[in-house]
Amino acid sequence: MIFNEEFETLPREALEALQLKRLQQVTERVYHTVGFYRKAFDKAGIKPDDIRRLEDLRKLPFTEKQDLRDNYPFGLFAAPMTSIVRLHASSGTTGKATVVGYTKRDIETWAELMARSFVAAGLTKNDMIHNAYGYGLFTGGLGAHYGAERLGASVIPISGGNTRRQIMILQDFGPTAICCTPSYALYLAEQGEEMGVDMRSLKLRVGVLGAEPWTERMREEIEDKLNIMALDIYGLSEVIGPGVSIECTEGRQGLHVFEDHFIVEVINPVTGETVPNGEPGELVFTTLTKEAFPLIRYRTRDLSRLMREPCRCGRTHVRMDRVTGRSDDMLIIRGVNVFPSQIEAILLRIEGLEPHYEMIVDREGSLDTLEIRVEVGEELFSDEVRKMQEIERRISKDIKEYLGVTAAVRLVQAKGLTRFEGKAQRVIDRRKI
Amino acid sequence: MNVEQISIFLENKPGKLEFVTRVLKDAGINIRALCLADTTDFGILRLIVNDIDTAEKALQENGFTVRRTPVVAVEVPDRPGGFHSIVAVLQKKNITVEYTYAFVDRSGENALIIFRFDRTEEAIEVLKESGITVLPGERVYRL
Repeated sequence: MIFNEEFETLPREALEALQLKRLQQVTERVYHTVGFYRKAFDKAGIKPDDIRRLEDLRKLPFTEKQDLRDNYPFGLFAAPMTSIVRLHASSGTTGKATVVGYTKRDIETWAELMARSFVAAGLTKNDMIHNAYGYGLFTGGLGAHYGAERLGASVIPISGGNTRRQIMILQDFGPTAICCTPSYALYLAEQGEEMGVDMRSLKLRVGVLGAEPWTERMREEIEDKLNIMALDIYGLSEVIGPGVSIECTEGRQGLHVFEDHFIVEVINPVTGETVPNGEPGELVFTTLTKEAFPLIRYRTRDLSRLMREPCRCGRTHVRMDRVTGRSDDMLIIRGVNVFPSQIEAILLRIEGLEPHYEMIVDREGSLDTLEIRVEVGEELFSDEVRKMQEIERRISKDIKEYLGVTAAVRLVQAKGLTRFEGKAQRVIDRRKI
Repeated sequence: MNVEQISIFLENKPGKLEFVTRVLKDAGINIRALCLADTTDFGILRLIVNDIDTAEKALQENGFTVRRTPVVAVEVPDRPGGFHSIVAVLQKKNITVEYTYAFVDRSGENALIIFRFDRTEEAIEVLKESGITVLPGERVYRL
C-alpha cells in the first residue's frame, strides 16, 4: 500500500521537475532569510538564480554539523519564532547541541512522511503502534507519534525505558506494530523470554526500527524472536527526524528517500565530489519543503549508496542502502548520537581530572554499553572511598543529563591507559554489528 | 600530634596488591598498620609505615597514585568498651569519623585505633580534653 499515491509514484520526470522548482524556492528563501546561507553562497559566488537545472545543486556549498553548532541555537532558522510551533535538539553539552525548529506546516509534512513510512511498512489505520522511541527533545518519539495519528492508527506513547512495563503492555494491549531501535527490540525479546513470556505469540507483526545502524543478521534475529517483519527507517533531526527514508515491505532492499521533500546525494567524504551512481559514499541531504529549518547540502557523515533501479512496490523514489557506518567519529549508543568530544568536554569540567580517558563501547546481549575509564591522578585521588565514588557518580550523572546515555565510569590508575604519539585513540568500539 | 598515613589508589586487578607490597618490600618499608577499602572497581590501601618519605618515593616511581593524609592514633585499653569510650566522646562533640581501623600493639595491653576525621585538629583537642591518649607520629612509626 502507498499512503500518498500521487507523490510517491510520481514519474521521474515530473518528480525531478518538482524537485527543481522546490530547490529554486528554497535557495531563494534561505538566501534572503538566513545570513549564514547568504554569506556561504556569496563566498561560493553563486546566486539563487544560478540554479537552473537540478545538477546546479552541486554548485551550492555544503552545510556541516559545525555550522549548526556555530549558529546555536536559532541562527539557521528561516522563519520567525512566532511561526515556529516546535523545537527539538540533539544531545549536546551547552552550546554544542543542534537545535531544529518546525512551523505548523513542517509538523504536518513530518507527520505525513511518518504516515507514509508506516504504510510502506504495511500498517493501516487498523493497527496499534507501540511507540518506544524516546519522547522529548529527541525527534524519534514525537515524530513517530504524529505519523501514527496522521495514519489514524492507535498509538501507545510508551517512550523508552521501563522494559517490564513495556512487556506487560505488549501482552495486555496487543499492539500490532512496534517502533524502537533494533537493539531495543532485541532487548525486549530477551527480557520477555526471561520473564517467561512467549514473545513470538504476541500480536506484534511489524517492527519499524531505526536510529542506529544494524545488519541483516540482526534483522533475522529480531524477526525470529518476535515473529515480526522488521523494517529499517532512517532519519536525522537536522533533516526532519525519522521519516526521511524507509524500506518497503515489497522490496526490503534499500530505503526509499521521500524525494518530493528531500534531495539526496552521495559524495566522496574526502574530496566532496559526487560519486558515480551506485557507488558508496556519504549521504548529503537538501530539504525542499521545510520552512523553519531548511538545510542546503547537509553532510550527514552517514555512509551509504543509492539504488536507482525501480522498485516493485511502485514507488519511484530512489532508494538508499542501509547505513553502514560513519565518516566521522560519532558513536550511536542505544540510538543516541554521541561524539567523543562531548564526553571529553564533560570530563574536563571536573576539577583535577587529567585528560587521559578511554571510552569503551560494547554490546552486552543486545544492548550497547558505554564504559568510561578515567585515570586517577594525585589531584583527584582521595583516601576516602566516598569522595572517589562521588567523582564516578558525578561523571555518570553529567553524561546522562547532557548526552542522554548511561555510562559506567571506572577509575583507573594514573598512566594506566595507553599513551599515543599524535592523535589519541580514545574510543574502543568492540561491538560486532 | 598528627600521624601521617599514606593512601594508595589500587585498581581491582589481579596482581595489584602483590605489586604494591613488593615495591614496599624492595624499599625496605615496614608496615605498621593497614586498611584496605574496596569497591567493585578500585581499592584504597591506607598504610602507616616506618618511613613515609621513602615509601612515597618508591610508590610514585612505580607509577602509583598516592596521597599523604593526616590521621589520629589513639591508645585504648584492650578490653570491652575501650573503643566505645572514644567514639562516645566524639559523638558528644559532633565530630564525624570518616573511617577508622585498629591494631593491637605488641605488648598486648593496649589497642591502637587510627581515625580519619574531617576536622583533625579539633578532634585531637576533644580527645585530649577527655583524657584520651593521642599518640604522636614518631611513636606510631616506631612501634
